[in-house]
Amino acid sequence: MDEATSPDERVTSSAVRVVSARTPLGQRLRNLVERRELLWGLIVSDIRIKYKGSALGLIWSMLSPALTLATYYLVFSVFLKNGIPGFVVYLFAGLVVWTMFQTAVSTSTGVIVDRAGLVKKVSFPREILALSNVGAAIFYFVIQFAVLVAFVLLIGHHVPWSLAWLLPMAFVSLVLFAAALGIVMSAVTVYLRDVRHLMDVLLQLWFWVSPVVYSYANSLAAPLHRHGLTALYFVNPITPIILTFQRVIYGSTVVTSTTTGTALHVLPSWPISTFATMNAIVLAVAVVVFLLALAIFGRLEGNFESEL
Amino acid sequence: MDAVIEVAGVAKQFKIHHERHQTLKERLLHPRSGTTEVFDALRDVNFTVGEGETVGIMGHNGSGKSTLLKCICGVLKPSAGQIRLRGSLAALLELGAGFQPELSGRDNVYLYGSMLGLSRRMIESVFDDIVDFSELEHFIDTPVKFYSSGMYVRLAFAVAVNVAPEILVVDEVLAVGDERFQAKCLDRIRQFQREGRTILLVTHQADTVRAVCERAIVLDHGQQIADDSVVEALRIFRQRLHGDGGDRRAAASAVHITGVTTASGTFDVRRGEDLVFEVDVTSDHATTANLVTEVFTRSGLLVSRNDAQAALVELRPGTNKVQVEWRALPLLDGVYDVNIGLVEVSGGTVLAWLERGASVQVIYDGRASGVIEIESSVKP
Repeated sequence: MDEATSPDERVTSSAVRVVSARTPLGQRLRNLVERRELLWGLIVSDIRIKYKGSALGLIWSMLSPALTLATYYLVFSVFLKNGIPGFVVYLFAGLVVWTMFQTAVSTSTGVIVDRAGLVKKVSFPREILALSNVGAAIFYFVIQFAVLVAFVLLIGHHVPWSLAWLLPMAFVSLVLFAAALGIVMSAVTVYLRDVRHLMDVLLQLWFWVSPVVYSYANSLAAPLHRHGLTALYFVNPITPIILTFQRVIYGSTVVTSTTTGTALHVLPSWPISTFATMNAIVLAVAVVVFLLALAIFGRLEGNFESEL
Repeated sequence: MDAVIEVAGVAKQFKIHHERHQTLKERLLHPRSGTTEVFDALRDVNFTVGEGETVGIMGHNGSGKSTLLKCICGVLKPSAGQIRLRGSLAALLELGAGFQPELSGRDNVYLYGSMLGLSRRMIESVFDDIVDFSELEHFIDTPVKFYSSGMYVRLAFAVAVNVAPEILVVDEVLAVGDERFQAKCLDRIRQFQREGRTILLVTHQADTVRAVCERAIVLDHGQQIADDSVVEALRIFRQRLHGDGGDRRAAASAVHITGVTTASGTFDVRRGEDLVFEVDVTSDHATTANLVTEVFTRSGLLVSRNDAQAALVELRPGTNKVQVEWRALPLLDGVYDVNIGLVEVSGGTVLAWLERGASVQVIYDGRASGVIEIESSVKP
């Protein structure tokens, strides 16, 4: 017992805590902030456990997206020849966003069921379990994004860095959406175990309705507009986020096709102000969705112990 | 004295599914099949615990004491009511529940500590104490999956008691440890008491409550039936435990110990003298029972519990007087509390129990101190 340090710690920890049937949303947020050290500890342990005993360790978190990237590049640029110059950069920009979202959501979904032992015996805000997986996904994202930046610098791809301020905005939205979906799904899985498998399939479908391996502006914009489905396409909140990343990293909106020599509208040629407005709206929606997710989680967590 | 734990109107209901349909397919196919029964684990529990108090929570199996404890720790959410806690809380519930087998002991100490709500800095400051206490210096960097179950529990226990919580919650899981481990645990509890920390102890062992608690709360079928001094709470606990239940017990409850008296009217006795007292028993039927006497010091130490098989008593319907004779009392100076019970001859069912039926004052003018004197001589 360290007598020298305990008195002041007693003062700091003397806050009144209330355990009751419902925790109000504000209190939930405060609890999360209060337990950030646990969140951090869980993120670090998640990452360490994932690569424990593997020879390549963290390199896997770069290697596996790199191989995915190579596969899509082969299919869309070499075999199917979509004619987009520098397609690797376009693909990479969208793929880092998608990988982050998919990793966060798919790992969060089963987390409460998987760690039932902990949930039934130790007290902490249960959302932290889902958030720790989102945190780990952020970590992998940062590594992959660093590789992406190094890659574009290495091949001398022209990136309009002056637009880079759009990225943090889009990224925060991405994290909030991933966290919201992860939190809700982790609670729903407790009641319906096959949601986990359903999510795997849904995420595959989701991937293909997001403009990662194809160009929205070039292939989908016109037919969607014709059928009045553009709004529906943008219900997917990941789409504007991916478009923003592609706009900043890939840079050009109109390029010359490498196969036909004609002009290709790779990205929507909206003015930057439109991107800014779009991201502001997406961010606002993301915040609301995240708070809603916490509230839903609060409703569902009351009966965890009788279902786990 | 400030209230550290305030339990106000806490109730907890569990839904018991008799047929579980957990997959989507099953839920869709059987939307309303299976019955759900609501089970009241806790009903309107109210009490407060002041700073520095040691309070026992007692109850037989299924009385809701573990549920209450889990609610206080925040593992379960009460269905109604609320619990207010002031200060940090560490629970010695399921030890090591938060351990990650793949990580080393060191990493797990930090992770488990942060689960208990500690900052990294606070864990760092007690890390060496934790390792010392757990006696795992050589294995602290070994993944926990290679630990024996004893090592596992030791490490978890070391973290929980070294984090200096203001409120310590101890469940009876500790009763499963070996004797040395239990002694170590009890030592720590006493140290916490000296440091003025608040302790909540859940057990069904009366001796433990008597030894460490100042007050006890008794639960029965989810209802709080006592919040009183240890002696009074134990009396209610014993009476409730033995007094109701099946038909056999209902018949048996017709036996009551109504009082204990001596011829002189006082329970003062000199050491080495005989003490004769009479126990008044009312019974509505003729039966045979064993008379049990327990003698405690005021600090709760069990001095003696006699062999129930040796004191057969024939009871007639009506009022009985049973004479008990203690010969050449070996006790030293002090006041001793006496509990008296009647136990069925076959098996150990308690028919009647009188907690603190008498307080015996022993007068001793010799020099020896303690509870009893050992006759000794010294040779060169």
